[in-house]
Amino acid sequence: MSLNIIVLAKQVPDTRNVGKDAMKADGTINRAALPAIFNPEDLNALEQALKLKEMYPGSKVTVLTMGPARAAEIVREGMYRGADGGIVLSDRAFAGSDTLATSYALSAAVRKIGDYDIIIGGRQAIDGDTAQVGPQIAEKLGIPQITYAEEIMGVDNGVITVKRRIESGVETVKAALPLVVTVNGSADACRPRNAKALQKFKYAAVPSEVAADEAKQAFIAKRPYLNIGEWSAASVDADLAQCGLAGSPTKVKQIENVVFTAKDARRIENTDEQLETLIKELIANHTIG
Amino acid sequence: MANFYTDNASLKLHLNHPMMRKIVELKERNFADADKYDYAPQNFEDAMDSYDKVLEVVGELAGDVFAENAADVDIQGPHVENGHVVYADGTKKNLDATRKAGLSGMAMPRRLGGLNFPITPYIMAADIVSRADAGFENLWGLQDCAETIYEFASPEQIEKYIPRVCAGETMSMDLTEPDAGSDLQSVMLKATQKEDGQWVLNGVKRFITNGDSDIHLVLARSEEGTKDGRGLSMFIYDKRNGGVTVRRIENKMGIKGSPTCELVYKDAPVELVGSRRLGLIKYVMALMNGARLGIAAQSVGLSEAAYREALDYAKDRRQFGKAIIDFPAVAEILSLMKAKLDASRALLYACSRYVDMYKVYDDIAKERPLTLDEKKEAKHFSRLADAFTPLAKGMTSEFCNQNTYDCIQIHGGSGFMKDYRCERLYRDARITSIYEGTTQLQVVAAIRHVTTGTYLNTIREWEGEEVAPAYEDVKNTLVYMTQQYAASVESVTGVKDPTYIDFMARRMVEMAGHIIMGYLLLQDTQRDASVERSLRVYVKYGQAEVAKHADFIANFRPDQIKDYLFE
Repeated sequence: MSLNIIVLAKQVPDTRNVGKDAMKADGTINRAALPAIFNPEDLNALEQALKLKEMYPGSKVTVLTMGPARAAEIVREGMYRGADGGIVLSDRAFAGSDTLATSYALSAAVRKIGDYDIIIGGRQAIDGDTAQVGPQIAEKLGIPQITYAEEIMGVDNGVITVKRRIESGVETVKAALPLVVTVNGSADACRPRNAKALQKFKYAAVPSEVAADEAKQAFIAKRPYLNIGEWSAASVDADLAQCGLAGSPTKVKQIENVVFTAKDARRIENTDEQLETLIKELIANHTIG
Repeated sequence: MANFYTDNASLKLHLNHPMMRKIVELKERNFADADKYDYAPQNFEDAMDSYDKVLEVVGELAGDVFAENAADVDIQGPHVENGHVVYADGTKKNLDATRKAGLSGMAMPRRLGGLNFPITPYIMAADIVSRADAGFENLWGLQDCAETIYEFASPEQIEKYIPRVCAGETMSMDLTEPDAGSDLQSVMLKATQKEDGQWVLNGVKRFITNGDSDIHLVLARSEEGTKDGRGLSMFIYDKRNGGVTVRRIENKMGIKGSPTCELVYKDAPVELVGSRRLGLIKYVMALMNGARLGIAAQSVGLSEAAYREALDYAKDRRQFGKAIIDFPAVAEILSLMKAKLDASRALLYACSRYVDMYKVYDDIAKERPLTLDEKKEAKHFSRLADAFTPLAKGMTSEFCNQNTYDCIQIHGGSGFMKDYRCERLYRDARITSIYEGTTQLQVVAAIRHVTTGTYLNTIREWEGEEVAPAYEDVKNTLVYMTQQYAASVESVTGVKDPTYIDFMARRMVEMAGHIIMGYLLLQDTQRDASVERSLRVYVKYGQAEVAKHADFIANFRPDQIKDYLFE
């Protein structure tokens, strides 16, 4: 049995190490100050996909991302870790998409890919933290979804078994393929980039990245595995009214920069005794427990 | 989210050394693999870019995986179950990560599954890994035993074993025995050839790093009745065949994640490598040279870790109303730590480039006869590698011991507690000046390059190179130190007494080392002005050290040696 797996991945600003200049005066993200990274939980999802590929040899893992041409870096990052290839869904018409418009565009791309068994992505992206896109795609495609997945146990006779991390513990569920799975950050970390794959795929690109470089185009033309797909709204037959700002009912009115200030800062040493005292104190004043 | 490659600018400085172009072009045979393998470089820039990208992966694993697991590995350690080693949980994770990242067989050719990297970027990976966990470096770094198989084993053995190493199987070099440590000529492990031609081993080995590895290189006595090194041969033991069990794992002071095993061989089937009787005198010597460079890299990585821990602590720790780094006594320790670190690294990579040059010519010589010029160049670099390897191993391991000592000193009382990383670094560092030949044995290997002038000739050659006017003063100091060194060597060798030369050997080797490292830092400063601080601090230090040794030698009467020797 071989599976056709689509990994949904997003290039996001690294919001984990936010410095003073992370936000601009107008309240929008200063992308220049934050490096663009592979959304962390999408990496957890990619790992699950790659494990499935190992379990079922012959399976194919395709990374699908929406964004500008430079988001091809996410597809390359996937290929360095074992993905077979990928597609960047890129069109000015997609600019300003909220989760509804994003899931519309991505589901249109998934339909174009067609023959899929599993669509898998991270629970949520660290820039928006909505956790809506995965479930919305499942709804749009009319297929089952399993959220908060921690481990895919296997696929048997068209039925997938997945462990979910839920608030009260772990539950194991089954669902029929095809389906959407969204993966929790508590799942296994993604494997590292592989040295050979890194050297093999470092020149992989979408056409618009090499548009001005004939030598690179010729190099890629001789090596079809270096082609990353670049799909427009038209190429996935998207209804422009449902794309980008036009298709986004969410309107951002204002973004406020909230700075938490610690009132009672205190430094404690890393000793059992001091930690115990602190915990007792926090329980006593009902901060925890 | 740490990356031990990208956060350390000095690594790139050494990776981008001007000599790399020639090394890469030779190693890649002018990029003959470009269209044969989809991961082979197209040209020099492409190759360098690949090294950079792969080292970035190494740096990420080191920072996020190995360093994170190091403390637990140190506490848990490996243990023996049913005659075999079970690694600490963190070690298993580390090995899994290096396998998935394809970081085994880095220097092996592509046709055998390797990455075909020169030694220099491979050694840089070892430097990076060691900063995270020196004990893990042993397990990962033993992949360079594959080099010995590649150089001396039969084509069938090469085809059989090297692809397995490239796929991530681990290796060990089984040399030491209870009565054969530094003196490997005394190895007793018995190799016998049965009537059907099959060799088997019987006996015991001790202190074998990663002794339960997948593929072992074993030194054993194949010639019955012999007592010296000429009766020893080298064999490959494949764990899949069975016959070797682990009797115990030593309880060590440091590098606790690396299992040091006592092995029992019971009719263990093995394959002979190369020719009988050449085990010690040829193959082990080659193996050891590679391993010594690896220990130098381990030492540099540990020095780096020690310096960073000390620097962070000194900036953070406040006493008498200010950070302790603002006290001159503390600042001096830190500056000297950094200078020794930079000097060690400069020596390590100078040495690795020399090794690259002669090894690549050796390899090309298997494909076609070398031209006269190539032969001359190969010989030149082989000699330099031979001179620089013991110097690098000796100096960097001593400096790494000093730096980890000073790291604790900077931490004060806290450094003596188990709570801080510096105490583990200190314990891990201690073995570097002992294994793969003690510092005293490195001096034995290095001294003939003092007496035959390899070091002095190299220094004189560098003396002839122009430097920017701003560094003329430093160069003048180095020239003066060289005069003192040359005079000391002349005075010691003039006595014509081998015992006297042995007695003074370490002093002279160290003098050469200080001058050589001074020049290397001077050269690095020409390419990157940020090295200047370390250059100036190091040369000040080296000048005092050289003067001290010169003074000792000048004021020593050869007959005073009797005060030091024991009956």
